[in-house]
Amino acid sequence: MRVGVLALQGDVAEHRATLDALGVEAVDVRRPADLDSLAGLIMPGGESTAIAHLLGTSGLRSVLGERLETGLPVFGTCAGMILLASEVVDGRADQWCYSRLDIAVRRNGYGRQVASFETTLEVSGLGTVPGVFIRAPRVLSWGPHVEVLASHDHGDGPVPVLVRQGSAWASAFHPELTGDTRVHGLFVSSLTDR
Amino acid sequence: MSPETSSTGSQLVKRGLADMLRGGVIMDVVNPEQAKIAEDAGAVAVMALERVPSDIRRDGGVARMSDPQMIQQIQAAVTIPVMAKARIGHFAEAQILEALGVDYVDESEVLTPADEENHIDKWAFTVPFVCGATNLGEALRRIAEGACLIRSKGEAGTGNVVEAVRHLRTINAQMRRLQSADASELYALAKDLGSPLALVQEVAETGHLPVPLFCAGGISTPADASLVLQLGAEAVFVGSGIFKSEDPVRMAHAIVETTTHYRDPAVVAKVSTGLGAAMRGAETSTLEQRLAERGW
Repeated sequence: MRVGVLALQGDVAEHRATLDALGVEAVDVRRPADLDSLAGLIMPGGESTAIAHLLGTSGLRSVLGERLETGLPVFGTCAGMILLASEVVDGRADQWCYSRLDIAVRRNGYGRQVASFETTLEVSGLGTVPGVFIRAPRVLSWGPHVEVLASHDHGDGPVPVLVRQGSAWASAFHPELTGDTRVHGLFVSSLTDR
Repeated sequence: MSPETSSTGSQLVKRGLADMLRGGVIMDVVNPEQAKIAEDAGAVAVMALERVPSDIRRDGGVARMSDPQMIQQIQAAVTIPVMAKARIGHFAEAQILEALGVDYVDESEVLTPADEENHIDKWAFTVPFVCGATNLGEALRRIAEGACLIRSKGEAGTGNVVEAVRHLRTINAQMRRLQSADASELYALAKDLGSPLALVQEVAETGHLPVPLFCAGGISTPADASLVLQLGAEAVFVGSGIFKSEDPVRMAHAIVETTTHYRDPAVVAKVSTGLGAAMRGAETSTLEQRLAERGW
């Protein structure tokens, strides 16, 4: 099974290492042809504005949009979550997103880097996993078809941090930074070869 | 989980932001307009400073931390991370930058050093630090002091990439030497490098620094960026090279494209075509002040 990692900018290497540890073939995606014959795609952490810009200049933006609409399974972490959302608050004036997940997110919703944090999360079906949040997006609202797999209470009530809507998954945190492969394992186990 | 069980400022969180910047371009900017140009061009972060290194070099005098008002204006202008520079050893400047909420502090040889013995104790801070290095020993000393990101020093403000290449090649060669060494040789090698044994043993085991390695100093063209990325840099800082070029907007876009597609010379050729003049640059052997010699 081949899983792509969008390799325009960000922590691509950590996602590749996590997929390697799960015994899954990881493929860098930098141009439209790289999207062929993938069982799924990971959209890594990084700067969402830079990745969005590079999606445009690489010719991937519309092709990837079509693949996502026709059901390419996808897992976005942090910046990836922002790109998969339906609405982005506090982004750039021209911020766009793929609307693959019925969620609204606030960029840097927990604050600047000095407010970045790590904690532990309870994930449905997995138990306790480490959660590393770096200038993370905060989910503001979510639709009825969005399944919440983990939430975090930052002092003002629980907020979803790992969500799924059909074959689209997203986390506000970075499972790829911790060496714990279980969250990626959940995504990978939902994939079928194509 | 309640906030009491959350922690800020851990090494994972501090190094993690450096991980997120990989494959990106961090651009020096001196005002909100330049910061917007950088963000529009796809920069992953901006370095807010009052004068780019080539102007600091030209003007002389003591170069200090930037005016907080100028940093705050840049923070308000963009959504990407904002970095700022503190003088080597000037922990009070770093405290101010942390209080302003900058996302990374660069303890930088581009500014006039404030302490000729000690660098800042970076473990004492929640904000992460990037530090320059000319060789592996220097890189590991900075990491021992708590730096979460290492960059080559290069020779800032010259538009000449030769020193950055020297630093990257030196760091890589010294890491390869550690990897080929017998475990019993690492004690003497640690002494020669002037670095903590534990970090020397870690590099011998993994073959890379415990934190990301970026390149800074003299990058002025897409080809320069491609060169240093192929030499193992994971991202690039571009100082004077963008806003001292003939067409900063195009240069910024071209270096961003290159940093993603540096393995593909056809892309680098395309973005390099018709770019206009790069910054003029300087031959480093005739410089009166070599910034890379600041810090130790």
